[in-house]
Amino acid sequence: MATKKTSSSHPAADAPKDPTKRDFLAMASGAVAVAGAAGAAWPLLDSLRPAADVLALSTTEVDLSKIPVGQSLTVMWRGKPVFVKHRTEEEIAAAKDVNISQLPDPETDDVRVKKPEWLVTVGVCTHLGCVPTGQGMTDNKGEFNGWFCPCHGSAYDTSGRIRKGPAPKNLVVPPYAFLNDTTIKIG
Amino acid sequence: MASTVYNPNTKGWKEWLDHRLPVFTFMDHELNKYPTPKNLNYWWNFGSLAGITLVIMIMTGLFLAMHYTSSTTLAFNSVERIMRDVNGGWLIRYVHANGASMFFMVVYIHIFRGLYFGSYKPPREVLWALGVVIFLLMMATAFMGYVLPWGQMSFWGATVITNLFSAIPVIGDTIVTWLWGGFSVDNPTLTRFFALHFLMPFLIVGVVILHIVALHRFGSNNPLGIDIKEKKDTIPFHPYYTIKDMYGLGVFLCIWAAFVFYAPNYLGHPDNYTPANPMVTPAHIVPEWYFLPFYAILRAVDFNIPLGFYTIEAKLGGVIAMFGSILVLFALPWLDKHPVRSARFRPYYKWIYWTWIIAFVTLGQTGALLPDQPFYFIFFGHEVSFGIKTITVAQISTFWYFFVFLGVMPILSKIEPVKALPYSISNPVLTAKEGK
Amino acid sequence: MKKTIFSLVASALVFASVPVFAGGGAVLEPPQHPWSFEGVTGKFDKQQLQRGFQVYKEVCSTCHALSKIAFRNLSDLGYSEDELKALAGQYKVIDGPNDAGDMFERPARPSDIIPGPFANEKAARAANGGAYPLDLSLIAKARHDGSNYVRALLMGYENAPHDMKMPDGMYYNKYFAGHQIAMPSPFSDGAVDYQDNSPETVQQYATDVAAFLTWAAEPKLETRKALGLRVMTFLLSLTVLLYLYKRKVWKDVKGH
Repeated sequence: MATKKTSSSHPAADAPKDPTKRDFLAMASGAVAVAGAAGAAWPLLDSLRPAADVLALSTTEVDLSKIPVGQSLTVMWRGKPVFVKHRTEEEIAAAKDVNISQLPDPETDDVRVKKPEWLVTVGVCTHLGCVPTGQGMTDNKGEFNGWFCPCHGSAYDTSGRIRKGPAPKNLVVPPYAFLNDTTIKIG
Repeated sequence: MASTVYNPNTKGWKEWLDHRLPVFTFMDHELNKYPTPKNLNYWWNFGSLAGITLVIMIMTGLFLAMHYTSSTTLAFNSVERIMRDVNGGWLIRYVHANGASMFFMVVYIHIFRGLYFGSYKPPREVLWALGVVIFLLMMATAFMGYVLPWGQMSFWGATVITNLFSAIPVIGDTIVTWLWGGFSVDNPTLTRFFALHFLMPFLIVGVVILHIVALHRFGSNNPLGIDIKEKKDTIPFHPYYTIKDMYGLGVFLCIWAAFVFYAPNYLGHPDNYTPANPMVTPAHIVPEWYFLPFYAILRAVDFNIPLGFYTIEAKLGGVIAMFGSILVLFALPWLDKHPVRSARFRPYYKWIYWTWIIAFVTLGQTGALLPDQPFYFIFFGHEVSFGIKTITVAQISTFWYFFVFLGVMPILSKIEPVKALPYSISNPVLTAKEGK
Repeated sequence: MKKTIFSLVASALVFASVPVFAGGGAVLEPPQHPWSFEGVTGKFDKQQLQRGFQVYKEVCSTCHALSKIAFRNLSDLGYSEDELKALAGQYKVIDGPNDAGDMFERPARPSDIIPGPFANEKAARAANGGAYPLDLSLIAKARHDGSNYVRALLMGYENAPHDMKMPDGMYYNKYFAGHQIAMPSPFSDGAVDYQDNSPETVQQYATDVAAFLTWAAEPKLETRKALGLRVMTFLLSLTVLLYLYKRKVWKDVKGH
């Protein structure tokens, strides 16, 4: 299928009378054919990106009024768990009272929340994708009273920041907005 | 195969690899040095076109399979989701769906070329037989693929074709139930058809490889149908036939693309955009165009065949005729023993060939019509009808289809004169010598 | 050479007589309308699609579902995101179960399928004297010459011929197979108030809704034709190049 000219033992193939034209045609048709093959491969690979209906479903609304102070709710967003945590005063204070220069992924608590009492993070450990424990009342919240990943022992604090263990990044804060005081829309 | 030692001017990793795995020797031998008759015409393009079509079908099919769901409740919608929501999904599906038609068009021409130029004759009988196997596998693959969208035609096509097996005496019904995995075409049928539709193209790839191995044993036949006599009869496959095949591919892709982009549903049936409904059969169920000749042969047998000791009922007779119409192709090298290959040098066979082609195409048209309606066809925009019932036309054509193979060819083998043949491909002086 | 021409002509004859699918006999071919989306560079007329959607929404949707179309898809018709949100908000969809385990109604969102008039086929039949109003998502592709057929059918209501006895609840339509259709003529002149200056006639309604349903059946039609033009140009150029290259390569071969 390749139009590339390879060495041939046959004299007729090796003795073009007009080498410039042969070369131009060979290169031009070869280049166009390669471009065509690449162009044909593109829709196949493109089809693997999220489809229109998947993208259209990528928002989730959460009613915050049902979450008491100190408790958390896990909701599904884009097939992943999102932790919505109603933080206590102590937890907010603990999150703020950290020297961020010591952290693996330095971020202040302020940039991670829109309202201090509500922490919204994607509940997926930034190490290798496990879901950390800490949502339930009796769960192991780890050394820093946030979340603890059972897979490889990463510990997150009450702001969802990585404090200990192999995870390189803080828990991701998804894009979200307060529609009103008691409703947020994630995505 | 590699009796000649590959002696590339290249050194280094190529030489290292070739010593351990002779891929470059193989390519050089089978593509570069492979001596090919220099007089092949454009009808010889269709073999490589079929091969490339197979690759395109597997590629598009693979990506469709990633989005398709083989469940009766979801199949139709998953196809619609491909058409509407998956990025470029409509393109991949239309390429694949029209590709089935393109594949058959190419393969039919490939087969007809073999018939005309005697490519099935010694020493290429096995090459021919492997081709018939590929054709059978293609038919099975296409049939099962058509079931997957789970439209009305999918469902009723599956029902009718699987029911063919009920014609087998005694065990027929058991076989049909086994094929269905239930008491009608339903979810188990759909899922197994999907699995088999995915598998069979790879079986085809396997047989295609054997087909090519058999081809390279004696090399291509050619329009003169005579053997290669001297070195100057041949040219290396590359670059001559690679570039010729590429050019043919360009023309072919233009035709394929024209269907995909401007008439994507022209070769399909509107009823397949209605979800399968096991309670309602559409008014006219017709197979895809490439099955019509065989469907017509199936329907042509509308009478019982008394054999004295046993009566073959019409239903079984039709099934036997349909399968027989393909199986007879296996016997072709032994039915036609005339020493001359190419119809160019066979004064009688040349005409018989075209009557057979006309019978085959006529069968295709009768397959599209209802058995009792008057037969007609559209000829350059004009409806031509002779007022003969479709079933009658189908029966005459079916008779001729078989009679050419079973009657005419053995007779011609004996009575058709052996005319003067060219001395060689590069020296086409007619001699009275036989082409063998 | 003569042989080649002979075989080429013969093959041309063979393929010129393409099989034709059996028609229903008495069915009338619908009149051909000059659609904007026809031809190699065909495009939908968005104004027309919006009118067609309005007709669907105000008339057809009382019986017919459009189950493959979500509100978000209507952005193809030229609606903005806010308009679609407002439009979706007029519909209620069943969602759930909620935390109490109950299904609940909520306003539709753009990602929702346009809710159909009936919960299921049984409910649809019960409400329509046993007849099932078809889902219209694919009707333009599920009928031969669909766009013209839909348009013709909607304009094809007439008084039955004298020799034809119409059963109760059936209506005469000259474009419907068998001419007896359970759907009464859906339109009368002026029934739908257009926002633009298009004529408010049965013919215009039928044409607009047929265009809308063609879009619904094949929303990628415009993309397809536009891409087709580029692909065909590319393939034809490539083929010409390959032909020239092939001719050049083969020039030296004698006796060919």
